[in-house]
Amino acid sequence: MFVGLRGNLAFALELRAVRLLALVQVGVAIAVSTVVFQTVTANWILTPSIMGLDALYLFCQTALVFVFGGLGFASLDPRLKFFGEVALMTTLTLALLLPMLRRRFDIGLLLLTGVVLGVLFRSLSTLLARLIDPNEFAVVQAASFADFNAVRSDLLAVGLVLTSIGAVIAWRTRHTLDILALGADSAVGLGVNRSRTVAALLLLVAALVAVSTALVGPVTFLGLLVVALAERIVNSRRHPLLLPAAALTAIIVLVGGQMLLQHGLGGVSTLGVVIEFVGGAVFLVMLLAAGKR
Amino acid sequence: MIEIEQVSLRYRDAKILQDVNLTLPKGGLTALIGPNGAGKSSLLSLIARLQPLQSGRIRVDGLPVDTTPSRQLARTLAILRQDAGVASRLRVRELVGFGRFPHNGGRIDDADRALIDKALRQFELEEFADRFLDTLSGGQRQRALVAMTFCQGTGYMLLDEPLNNLDMFFARQLMRHLRAAVEQQNRTVIVVLHDVNHAAVYADRIVAMKAGRIVADGAPADVLRPDVLADVFGYAIEVTEVAGKPFVLHHL
Repeated sequence: MFVGLRGNLAFALELRAVRLLALVQVGVAIAVSTVVFQTVTANWILTPSIMGLDALYLFCQTALVFVFGGLGFASLDPRLKFFGEVALMTTLTLALLLPMLRRRFDIGLLLLTGVVLGVLFRSLSTLLARLIDPNEFAVVQAASFADFNAVRSDLLAVGLVLTSIGAVIAWRTRHTLDILALGADSAVGLGVNRSRTVAALLLLVAALVAVSTALVGPVTFLGLLVVALAERIVNSRRHPLLLPAAALTAIIVLVGGQMLLQHGLGGVSTLGVVIEFVGGAVFLVMLLAAGKR
Repeated sequence: MIEIEQVSLRYRDAKILQDVNLTLPKGGLTALIGPNGAGKSSLLSLIARLQPLQSGRIRVDGLPVDTTPSRQLARTLAILRQDAGVASRLRVRELVGFGRFPHNGGRIDDADRALIDKALRQFELEEFADRFLDTLSGGQRQRALVAMTFCQGTGYMLLDEPLNNLDMFFARQLMRHLRAAVEQQNRTVIVVLHDVNHAAVYADRIVAMKAGRIVADGAPADVLRPDVLADVFGYAIEVTEVAGKPFVLHHL
């Protein structure tokens, strides 16, 4: 926050504080949602993006540009857009979950539906992108990558509150999450009402992803990286350790990445690109290290 | 007391259980025997509400298993499944400690710690207590799972083929621990066994199942007879007597 500070102090600090808080909020939301999602699906290489939420977000952006044009898109009320997107993404998850709850709960089916919907939204986005003006397509492109520079402080406050609530709920269920990680039968045997808990947790994941995506754009890949890193660092999958560790790792990666970007690379690229590059490199190193043992 | 009334179960056209009626009084060790696919595991998982009940009624200690809150049942009844793989990367002590979850909601206090240590000692797991489960052998992992089930401290324990992966020493030791739990703590144990000779020595009662029905039910000496066994398992089996207990020569 204070590296290379110059010029109007108050202005620079406010700008940076907003950006820092946005990074922290997104880091916590992504880390917590990925940990919970991986535990609930009993799969350590998934991220919530498989539910098709970011594809829905991209589709929304493309559809809005298609309907209103690039200028109309830019002049949309950001508050309306933010709440609309959060509501839409949470509703999609609810619509996916409710039919499952009435009959037998099947996570595999849920994920498959999410994947299919994700493909549908992506294809629709591509279709619309072909139909719109190339100049307006540039607007869509800009909106499809996570952007921490244009975060509005009033929406950030809402995002912070929602993310804090989500993080507190996840923290309070940390012991139940440990039990869920044992597997379906063991969890029921130990007295967890599995289908209800899993549905509530998936909704929590969706809300967290929705808030952070609507605020800055899709960054779900980050979750895989920080959870894997955090698990290495604390050498455990117990949630009382893993949840805070993953959140901290996410904040460090995001803030560190942003600093590197601004002061090392001169702001030539977006943070999303830097994180995917560093994340890919770290992942390869981890794979090689695992191969040696 | 476990009361099972008119319980049936089917997957599409396959009838897994047909009109099963069984009452098991409190206390005592009951062995469920029968060939593969007889419905033993399904019956056990229905009692432990791991599957929804399709028809019929099951009550444990007067609690209907389909409507009682799961947490309350978990303080009454513990189950160990035969394929209880643990997906998570855990230490043995952590796994055994999860047995206390229905009582403490995850906050382990000194009383819990004493019970965990006791279970670790009972199944000779102390030297592995801080090892990760995925670094253990199948038998050691099985003992850790059994220790967790004991640690749950419930009046009723259901175990599905708990002797899987165990060597002779630990198989005998587990049966003796189950016997001790019945005699000293008045716990009720239901165990699915493939080795009928373990059932002959340690069970108070044997329930034999075949094709989703109960075909024999009684004391070991009444069930482990050549005619009954031939009916259940489908081949002629000789039975002798060793140390006053039936000894089934099923391998000859």
